[in-house]
Amino acid sequence: METNSDREPPAFECHDVSVSYDRKPVLYGIDVSVPGGSLCGIVGPNGAGKSTLIKAAMGLLPVEGGWVRMFGRPLDEVRPRVAYVPQRTSVDWDFPVNVMDVVLMGCGGKAGLWRRPTAADRELARESLEMVQMLPYADRQISQLSGGQQQRVFLARALAQRADLYFMDEPFTGVDAATERAIVTLLEGLRAKGGTIVAVHHDLTTAPEYFDRVILLNMRLVAAGPVEEVFTAELLQKTYGGRLTVLSELALRAQEARARRGV
Amino acid sequence: MNEMIAVMARLEVPWFDAEEVLIAPWTRYADATVWMVLMAVLLGVPCALLGNYLMLRRMALAGDAISHSVLPGLVISYLIFRDLGTLPMMGGAMVAGLVTTVLIEFITGRSRLKTDAAMGITYTTLFALGMFLVNRYAGRVHLDADCVLFGELEYVPLAEPSGLRAGGLGPVPMPVVVAAAMAVGTLGLLAVFSRWLLVTSFDAGFARSVGIRAGAVHYGLMAVLSVVVVTALESVGLLVAALLVLPGATAQFFARRMGRLHGLAAVFAVTASLAGIHLGAWLNCPSAAAIALAGGVQFGVAWGVSVWMRGRGVEGGVGGAG
Repeated sequence: METNSDREPPAFECHDVSVSYDRKPVLYGIDVSVPGGSLCGIVGPNGAGKSTLIKAAMGLLPVEGGWVRMFGRPLDEVRPRVAYVPQRTSVDWDFPVNVMDVVLMGCGGKAGLWRRPTAADRELARESLEMVQMLPYADRQISQLSGGQQQRVFLARALAQRADLYFMDEPFTGVDAATERAIVTLLEGLRAKGGTIVAVHHDLTTAPEYFDRVILLNMRLVAAGPVEEVFTAELLQKTYGGRLTVLSELALRAQEARARRGV
Repeated sequence: MNEMIAVMARLEVPWFDAEEVLIAPWTRYADATVWMVLMAVLLGVPCALLGNYLMLRRMALAGDAISHSVLPGLVISYLIFRDLGTLPMMGGAMVAGLVTTVLIEFITGRSRLKTDAAMGITYTTLFALGMFLVNRYAGRVHLDADCVLFGELEYVPLAEPSGLRAGGLGPVPMPVVVAAAMAVGTLGLLAVFSRWLLVTSFDAGFARSVGIRAGAVHYGLMAVLSVVVVTALESVGLLVAALLVLPGATAQFFARRMGRLHGLAAVFAVTASLAGIHLGAWLNCPSAAAIALAGGVQFGVAWGVSVWMRGRGVEGGVGGAG
């Protein structure tokens, strides 16, 4: 893996990225580099700009200065290799479509949405639904899904994009424990096949277990790198401020967990 | 009984007479009625499908806003070209529609105001500007403000004839030809862009992430809406908003997929047109208003039926099968 990332440009890299909402800055000069084949969590308090970083990377928000590269190129040149999973709550789940319709949106990217879905598209969509154990729900109207099922449908749509780099906005929010476990297994499977995942994550207790890299964010970049180096009491404190005891305990627990896994 | 007849007579409600109520409205001026029905359907069906997308994008009242704000576009276009022909009017409407859209986006983007407020500000101001221009240049503008506001579906059969002839019915009135062209163009565009419209309506962020320019789709939709609205303005006036909102709102009680939503909305547009023209001919009231009224009643009835169906567990109509 290390030799691989030496030769290939990082899957995701941004330099000096700043973003403002309504002239109020939310991200200042972010420099991040995520090598291919990693599972990277974006961690930080509420309002730290975690979702904003993902949206800026995908070109959904205007970036002031700086640049973003995926696989060493601007996003427009490698779009088919990049998939984006928005927050589940960002869409209207009463929309008149069924599960299959949503997953088909991921087949073939922009060009795929220009034509009617082909038999191959449907097969790809079914495979993707199978990967998240949602195939039996293919004909369900989306308003009849639970939160966890909605999240899995969004993941299936991203899987149908057959991308190499996945940006996920809070994929674990509002899902039950079983779904969370299933999603983690799925993400690990993607990584095993050389995929890269960058996901916004809220839960500090599970972050070191789920991810091999973290980006600690609080409007500015606090630190980014492998979990072992970055997920420390000191840096977490810098990210979250105050609340020392909780954070050092978390870092300690993370260290113990790593020790158990023999990292 | 006598008392009741007296009351009905005072209200000018005709006493029930099957011939008079059910058949005469269709036979009295059969030829003219054919053109009115055709016009109502040619306007109603594209409006219904376009309205579905507007509603799904939470812009159900965009049609209402545009129908008001095209007025200055029409006046200015007339003052420039001195022509009330189809092309200058369409051009003026399209420009006005796009200016409206740009202004609404500008206000929501640069201030704290939300879309509904930005819409209210934009269309009332532009409509007022239109009224101002009509009156200021009244001598030179041969725009009938009443006609723009309320429309006259009854005038369609009397409008200037086009070069086309339709067998025994004689020459096809010009507005019908224009409406047919608009309907074909609109339905064609909606068909070609159906999945882009679907994905940008459902999840604009995702659509943009795969490279679809959601903003361009939005402006395109507004441009088409402007053309549809101005085509409809002369016949149904500002009630075009009813054609845009009511059929889709009625259809969504029974549809859980896009195809069925579109199909049912088209059917409800046609039934409202037929019922409205019937009502208009029978009670001698403006057909445009009667169509909107019929559409509203239809919505209420459909709501009741859908509640009843769900109560009876008739999921086939309402549920997942859709």
